[in-house]
Amino acid sequence: MKSNPHNRANGAASGVGNVNVASADGGDRARRESGRRQALREWLVSLPTLLWLFLFMALPTLLVFAIAFRPANPYGGIGPGWTLETVRGLWHSDYLLVAWRTLWISLLTTGLCLLFAVPSGYFIARVPGKWRNRLLMLVIVPFWTSFLVRVFAWKSLLHPDGPVKRVLESVGLAGPQTTLLYHPGAVVLVMVYTFLPFTILPIYAAAEKFDFRLVEAARDLGARPLTAFRKVFLPGIRRGLMTAVLVVFIPALGSYIVPDLVGGPAGEMLGNKIAQRVFVDRNLPHAAALSALLVLAVMAPLIAILALQRKKSKPDIIIGEAP
Amino acid sequence: MKRSRFPPVMTALVLVFFYLPILILVVNSFNAARFGGSWQGFSLAWYAQLFHSPEIWQAVRNTLVIAVSATAVSLVLGTTAAFALHRHAGSRLQRLHYTMIYTPLVVPEILMGISLLMAFVAAGTRLGLFTIFLAHVTFCVSYVAMVVLARLQDFDFSLIEAARDLGASGWQSTRRVLLPMLLPGLAAGGLLAFTLSVDDFVITFFVAGPGSTTLPLRIYSMIKFGSPALINALSTLLLAVTFTAVIASRKLARLKS
Repeated sequence: MKSNPHNRANGAASGVGNVNVASADGGDRARRESGRRQALREWLVSLPTLLWLFLFMALPTLLVFAIAFRPANPYGGIGPGWTLETVRGLWHSDYLLVAWRTLWISLLTTGLCLLFAVPSGYFIARVPGKWRNRLLMLVIVPFWTSFLVRVFAWKSLLHPDGPVKRVLESVGLAGPQTTLLYHPGAVVLVMVYTFLPFTILPIYAAAEKFDFRLVEAARDLGARPLTAFRKVFLPGIRRGLMTAVLVVFIPALGSYIVPDLVGGPAGEMLGNKIAQRVFVDRNLPHAAALSALLVLAVMAPLIAILALQRKKSKPDIIIGEAP
Repeated sequence: MKRSRFPPVMTALVLVFFYLPILILVVNSFNAARFGGSWQGFSLAWYAQLFHSPEIWQAVRNTLVIAVSATAVSLVLGTTAAFALHRHAGSRLQRLHYTMIYTPLVVPEILMGISLLMAFVAAGTRLGLFTIFLAHVTFCVSYVAMVVLARLQDFDFSLIEAARDLGASGWQSTRRVLLPMLLPGLAAGGLLAFTLSVDDFVITFFVAGPGSTTLPLRIYSMIKFGSPALINALSTLLLAVTFTAVIASRKLARLKS
């Protein structure tokens, strides 16, 4: 907005240039001058964040990859020289097991979230305005509450003396020996609980823009309800589905709190292994190597989805859709 | 057309699933029983005990110091970035800028935590409140930038031109026209940054040092080693604070419109 007068002045200059051929060169220079000023101003307003994010995001990430190839020293720091030992150490059956568990827990969580979020998002998009806002609010409010508190709530629910166990025992689904906590199933359950609002919102946002007359048309043409849903509605909200997958699957891969509090050794994920290397045996290169692996695991689906979305339209996957 | 019963039933179940654990937690915070297995009478003992634990108040103080300073800095940085992204949209520099701002939104927190820890260790920075502040600004900037950018995209810039045509100087039109209209966006961005900072555990966990325990760190160690009843009470208080804040901000927003 500030440079509008410049643009206008520019326009005037080139207008003069049209009349007087000799001064066309001068108009050109003025335009170039103003373009340079524009570029300078762009750099000036972009530099603070670029610099900050370079220092505290890009550089540290590069550092993680570098430290993965450095030896550890006995004082919990980074030793001199370079080594391939740590990276080779990742090819250990223990880590392969944890990596595989991280992958299947994240996939299952994403799948279950979609399973619950699609009907909910669809329903919220179809109810009348006043109720729609209330329902949306009800979906949003839980994720305004502390993440740790929500995980803790489940930890006490699933506790051996907790209410879930007692209900299951009374209907004969659980014996006294059944453990609900410290099990990969508990991790999936609590992860679905914490991620579900993030899945419902983008699906609702896409369903709200969807033209439901298309489903009616399909029904009129003889499609069965489920077929109309699958062949018309789901492709129609494709972008919302992709966003939902993105905001669940990627953070799920890096989960730490949930498996740490309700997973136990049987439910450990890559995030727990990274934290153990940092806080238990203070081996930063080892933690760096594991983190580098996680970075690569996260990049693959991210790039795939961004490429898919770019093909369709602008890549504004999260703005305005998720919180 | 007959509508299926399945979506409303599923939505109801999802909402029960959302609220039941929180409800049980709140009820249990008034339970005299230490482990909440069964109801042993109404009690406010856990709240009383909470008010007499200095570590919790120290943690609250640390949390607020970090949240306020991180919100202030990320508000300035994020708004500047949003202006750059909006004003110069489409240039190569802004595409890079957008990618840099977008990345912290999708990268798992643990990666940001570990990479910042590595950077601080490599630079020899002492871990503490200052490193937590730096880390919090880093993830808050992106959220502020996105929220303010969304506002700017809705903003009708011809209003600024009108002000300029009517003789307002550049500064006047910014201060008297743009800023007031942008204020809800700034407030929303600031509120988001503040809540994210107050609630952050994972990143803080990695870059915290001795004496810089924040409230989430405190809650975490209470979950691991402390009494569940005390956490119930603390969680209920936190819930009350957030609910009040949400309702107040909704009321404010309604007053504006």
